[in-house]
Amino acid sequence: MRKTWPMVLSILYASAIYCFIFLPVAVLVLFSFQDGRFPIPPLKGLSLRWYEAVWNDSRLVEALVNSVTVAVGSSLVAVLLGFLSAYGLARFALPAKGLQRALLTAPLTVSYLIIGMGLLITFNTLGVPKSLLAAGIGHVVINLPLCFAIIYSQMSDHQANIERAARDLGAAEWQVVTLITAPMLWPALFASFFLSMTFSWDEFIISFLLTRFDVTLPVEIWSLLRSGLNPKTNAVGSVVFAISIVLVFLLELVVLRNRRRS
Amino acid sequence: MKMAGGAQSRRIDLGPWAFVAPALLWTLAFFVVPFLVMVVVSLWERVGTKLVASWTFANYLKFFERGHFFEAMINSLEVTAIVTLLSILLAYPFAWIIAEKVPQRWQRIALVLAILPFWTSYVVRSYSWLLVLANNGVVNQALLGIGLVDEPLDLANSRTATVIGFVHFFVMLLTLTIYANLVQLSPNYRKAAADLGAGPFRIFWHVILPLTLPGIMVGAFLTFVLCIGDYITPQVLGGNNELLMPQVIMLQIGRRADFPTASALAILLMIVVTVAYLGFARWIRLERA
Repeated sequence: MRKTWPMVLSILYASAIYCFIFLPVAVLVLFSFQDGRFPIPPLKGLSLRWYEAVWNDSRLVEALVNSVTVAVGSSLVAVLLGFLSAYGLARFALPAKGLQRALLTAPLTVSYLIIGMGLLITFNTLGVPKSLLAAGIGHVVINLPLCFAIIYSQMSDHQANIERAARDLGAAEWQVVTLITAPMLWPALFASFFLSMTFSWDEFIISFLLTRFDVTLPVEIWSLLRSGLNPKTNAVGSVVFAISIVLVFLLELVVLRNRRRS
Repeated sequence: MKMAGGAQSRRIDLGPWAFVAPALLWTLAFFVVPFLVMVVVSLWERVGTKLVASWTFANYLKFFERGHFFEAMINSLEVTAIVTLLSILLAYPFAWIIAEKVPQRWQRIALVLAILPFWTSYVVRSYSWLLVLANNGVVNQALLGIGLVDEPLDLANSRTATVIGFVHFFVMLLTLTIYANLVQLSPNYRKAAADLGAGPFRIFWHVILPLTLPGIMVGAFLTFVLCIGDYITPQVLGGNNELLMPQVIMLQIGRRADFPTASALAILLMIVVTVAYLGFARWIRLERA
């Protein structure tokens, strides 16, 4: 008996926390199928009409396309810049390396609100209009430090030896980078790309500050919130959740496979 | 060999810089410069709708003069403190159960499940809590159903709702950092303490807890930083009775386009975060060892 009580308590406690964690998501998804005008109990029946409403809302679909474009574009730039800088700092003798690393990772320590505000005020002063491009620039700022840190941590001496061998065999520097280093670091590149995608995909405040007419999905959802509780918001929220899960699953798959191999 | 020392063999070796320069320039142009612009603008004045270059601390003084700015900072600090404490208290036993009671091969799945809603859209998650806590929402209907209350409770649009929304997010975060710390502990510490005659409570209090302090502190710091700087959760869930700092800052930008005041308030908030960082610093190592 003495051994069962802690186990029972543990199970009860863990179940309670799992319930707490899943409660809002479960309610969100369940009432996205509500066959009625309000996403609150009672559930009047299941229907897909709110998903249809999302699909027919051209602003939401446009925002979704915008979000994907910004996420893919900014993540590609972030991974490219992160990879090049990680390679440069790991492989060459450069002055003030510590300072350069500190500068590259500095945006991690500042809140998105302040990064977005800084860009807003700067662009405003320069007369640069609000746009998706401006939001994308902000997303590169927040994701570049992550990409750099992830890729830099994967640069090992073992790879440096292989790169050296390639150089001895007559490869030019750009050939070493594209044909030797990048393929060897492929899991790190992939992981940082998808991590950037998920962060950019979900980012709200920078996009909110820096876009106006063409907006990203979180900003469009934000303006939907003004209409109060609405099953359509549930439906679009569930779609966003599903897409995020797919992204995380892909990331998990690659990281897992990589771990097993090593 | 083009590694260290290779630089002298050429006249001007721009090669290595070509790799590092794009990232450095990007960070300078779109992070450092905007931040400096913000600092400069925080010293400017807004006359009518125009910004006038001047050098004045008036915007910073407003923070202490105008009651509602100062109040917003106090609110933010209170909410952040409550959220951080509650999240640690809820997450620690949970992380401990996953690390100690769940069979090893299931731990990863238990953890992935525990942080799955972490990946829902942040805006949507706050909205979901609005659904759950609304007057005729799931929680109130359940309470009415089992007869615990006679009238629906005013849960949404209050500080309670903001705290619940935050705690939901940060329990997931802290479970991760504390779990990572717990599984690193060698079982030998516990065995040694038990051999020396310590009971389970003393082992936990004097051995396990101090050893997991780094995990708690890293999570607590992340919670503090992300919580005090967040606009979405209080804006969606908090109602109109009290405002937090990010809401006040956004009000200056949105409704009034008062960039100088907004910048000054944001910089004051950053100073608070920096002070907190210095307080947490002994437990946190951002750099690789």
